[in-house]
Formats: sequence, C-alpha cells, structure tokens
Amino acid sequence: MLRSEWIKMRTVRSTMWTLVAMAVITVGVAILATVTISGRWPTMSLGDRLTFDPTRISLTGLIFSQLVIGVLGVLVMSAEYGTGTIRSTLAAIPHRPLVLATKSAVFAVVALVMGEVLSFIAFLIGQVLLRSPAPHATLSQPGVLRAVVGGGLMIGVLGLFALGLATSIRHTAGAITAFVGTLLVLPLLVEALPASIGHPIAEYLPFNIGQTLTSVQHTVGQSAALSPWVGFAVVCAYAIGALVVGGVLMVRRDA
Amino acid sequence: MIEVKGVTKRYKDTVAVDDLSFEVRPGQVTGFLGPNGSGKSTTMRMIMGLDAPDAGAARINGRTYGNLPIPLREVGALLEAKAIHPGRSAYNHLWYLARSNDIPRSRIDSVLEMVGLTDVATKRAGKFSLGMGQRLGIAAALLGDPEVLLFDEPINGLDPEGILWVRNLLKRLASEGRTVFVSSHLMSEMALTADHLVVIGRGHLISTGTVPDFITQSTSQFVRVRSPRSSELSRLLMGENVQVTSEDDGALSVSGMSAVNIGELAGASGIYLHELSPQMASLEDAFMELTRDSVEYHGVSDPDRVTPVSPTLISGK
Repeated sequence: MLRSEWIKMRTVRSTMWTLVAMAVITVGVAILATVTISGRWPTMSLGDRLTFDPTRISLTGLIFSQLVIGVLGVLVMSAEYGTGTIRSTLAAIPHRPLVLATKSAVFAVVALVMGEVLSFIAFLIGQVLLRSPAPHATLSQPGVLRAVVGGGLMIGVLGLFALGLATSIRHTAGAITAFVGTLLVLPLLVEALPASIGHPIAEYLPFNIGQTLTSVQHTVGQSAALSPWVGFAVVCAYAIGALVVGGVLMVRRDA
Repeated sequence: MIEVKGVTKRYKDTVAVDDLSFEVRPGQVTGFLGPNGSGKSTTMRMIMGLDAPDAGAARINGRTYGNLPIPLREVGALLEAKAIHPGRSAYNHLWYLARSNDIPRSRIDSVLEMVGLTDVATKRAGKFSLGMGQRLGIAAALLGDPEVLLFDEPINGLDPEGILWVRNLLKRLASEGRTVFVSSHLMSEMALTADHLVVIGRGHLISTGTVPDFITQSTSQFVRVRSPRSSELSRLLMGENVQVTSEDDGALSVSGMSAVNIGELAGASGIYLHELSPQMASLEDAFMELTRDSVEYHGVSDPDRVTPVSPTLISGK
C-alpha cells in the first residue's frame, strides 16, 4: 500500500521536475545571498557585523523550499480530488484514514529527505563561498547543526501541514492560498496589530519560527521569541492538527 | 450479488434517492435505467462506498464496500470516464491500483491487451481521447478479475466497434457467472445487452424485471389500421376500453381490441382495410411511458405545439 502511494508520487513527471526546481532555487539563493551579503563586509556597520549570522544567510533559500514543498503537499491530496482519481483510490482502499496515513508517510519521507539534503548543501556551499574576512560557520559550532538540521525538518513538517490543509479544503487553489497565506501573509497582518497583541501572536507564526530555527544568533529587536525547538514543536502541532481535522472531514464527508 | 435495501440520500432540500431497494443477481446483465437526475449515479456511488446513505444500506456479497477485505478483487467499477491524472501514463495508473490490492503486475498487461490499449500504455493519460479514457477505466475495473462489476455509462464516447465490443464483453462477463450492473441512457443498447432491468425515476424504484416483461407491462400493445373510410371505422371501433388515435400518416392506432376483432368488425360493416398490423412498443417507448412523470429535466420538442401528449400517441413524427 505504501508502495502504491510511492508509485503515484513518482509517476507524475511534473512532481519530479518540481523537486529539481526546488533544489536549484534553494541552492541558487544560498549562493547569491552568501556572496552578496558577505561581499558587503568591508562596508558594514559594527552593529551589522556583530549580528552577522553566516548560517542563517546561507539558509535564506529555504523559504523557497518551504513554498514549493507546500504546493507539492497540497497537490498530493488535492490533485486526486481535482482529477477524480480519488474515486479509484477509495475503490482500491476504502479505509480513508489509511489512505491519508500512507499518503502522509510517503510524502513526509520525500519532504524530509529533500529538506535535509538541501539544507546541508545550501549551508556547505554557502560557507565555501563566503567571502572572508566575514566570519564562517562550521557544523561543530554551537547552534549551527541545530539550525541546519532544523531547517530541513521544518520543510518536512510544513509539507505535512499543507497536506493536512488540502485534505480539508480539497481544492488546489484554495489550499495553496491557505498555505501561502499562513506562511507569508499572516506575519504581515500581525505586524499591523498593536505590539502588545502582535508580538505574542507573532512568536507562533510558522515563518518566524522558521527564522528562529535557522538562526544561530538572535536578531536585534526580536524580544522573547520561542526557543527554536519549542517553536518547532508548535509547528509540528499545526501539522498534526491540520492532518487530524482533514482526516475527520475525509471520513465524514462524501467523496 | 448486490443488495440495495431502503437506501435514502438527501442533499440539502432535495431527496436524490428515496427508500430504494433492489437486488442485482449474478449470471446476467442487469441494466440500470432512469432519466437524467433520477439518482442512478448517486446509487452507484453509495454501492461503492463513496457517498454514505442517510438511511438503509447497499451491500456487495453481503458486506458494505468498506468491509470488503480486498475490494478490487471482488468489485470492479467504471464510474466516470477520465477519472485519471493527466500526467500519468495508462500503465502507471493501473500499476498503482494493482499495487494497492496485491494484484500481480502481469494482470496489467493482460487487461491492457483486453481493452486494446497495449500500444499506448506508456503514453500520458491526458492525451487520451474520451474513448481511450473509457477503455482505461474498463481495464481498471477488470484489473482484479472481480466477481462483481459496475459500469456507469460504459459506452460513452465509443465508436460503433467499441460499442459492440462492450456489449459482447458484458455478456461474456455475465455468462462467466459474474454480477454485471450497467447503467445507461441508451435504450436501444440496453435492449440488446441487458437481461434484467431496474428502472428508477426521481429516486424511486419504478420497476424491476426482465426486458420483455418490462415492455409488455408498461405499454399497451396496439394495432395499426389503415382504411379508406378511417373516420367511419374509427367511430365504429370506439367504445369501452378501446381507444383510437389518428396518426400523422393517416393510419389509426387502436388499443384495447385485437387485430382479429377489428378485422371482423370492419368486414361486417363492409369497410375495406389496407393495413392491419399488431404492434409492440419498443423499450424506448416503454421507458418514456413509464418515466414520463418522473423526468426531472424536460426538453420541449416542438415549441409551437405545446399540447398534452395523449397516452396512446406513440412516436408519430
């Protein structure tokens, strides 16, 4: 049954090409970011030099991976509804929670593997290309391994979150909008709120959690953010919540 | 065997299917007939476990769909053409289905050959014509070599050769002892293929029985009479239980009296007859008659002449 979902995923050419594109963009941005920003080192202010975070800079491209994996996560589920193949799938496996579980499992593996691989590649290439005298980071430094590994994990979990959304929403455009909205638009909206309400809420936004997770140094101005792994647990909770809600709706609703 | 008992399905305000009960037995082709919107597809979806009935249950071989251990090996269904991901090839579509139910890969090649899609097996399904998509759906239904088969409009989009092929396929499957349940709008095709009929209208069961029974039950047989003195004959014939209608081509349609009696009556009054032929209605007519009150969506054939259709006026164009 797991094999069946795996076959489903890899036999659609566009999925494979999307993953390739994701890799290219993420690493590409990593290269661009590290080269440009570190190139400015000679002209940077002291404040900027102190908060220079080589790890976070090399992992800048991960946001694109998050977006792409979100779209893929949505498609894995919503394409079945859009094309009508959900009927074949449910005829083959009428037990709906099982369908959701196997899909999620197969997708999670792909997303996590891709996420980790890209995170490491982006980091390593970034460090190689960082122009001295900007400081470099190595994996043995405190917090760096956490940032790189965490970056990859975030991609996996956000992908699952998108899958969960798509199971409830069942509509490709709607689910993608919901995902992108949560990831990129919510932070902007929250910023418009008065600081006393806005800041606590902002700590729980996936985007900000992602930033904290992939940073070694805390940026100035970000007061009490959730600590990296706590934040990660929160995003995991979102993903699990989305999947559970999706699962319940899937069972109760007509196909 | 398929058993539908007391199945009801409501969508907001409309009742799509109302307390429907019938059986589909193995060894024969059972046709599922009904006008558009009568609840055929909804019923089939409930048998397949895609929609949940609000009341009643649909069982296949004694179990609801969700409780079948290896569904694809017991039930094969074609519910909608081109319910396939356009980016996937025919082979891969069948492959994922086979894998999910432990069906050996060799079956994929067998069914592809059975439906004639071997040459295009590796092409992406998005490029398929409607007919090819239909064939792929049939292949998917046959993949697990199931005992029970459901087809919703299987000949949609097929050319005459394809239609003949499906007809023979359905008959062959039924003769192998399988349960074959086919829904269709095409009366003529249904008359040639089905042995047994289940007719529904507006979600209600209207009739179930064999094809010949259905025809005799639902329409009156009538006699076509031509005579140079039609109007006189007409007056002569009319009486209790006898109805006479004039056709556009000048003939009379007489129901309620046998051809023998008409002939004798005409002869006794010295009226010559140019034609005296007993007629039996076609399946189409029987169906129209029976479901006339249950048609959800109606077209008007002649907008200038909107007169009530008399029950005995039969396809006089």
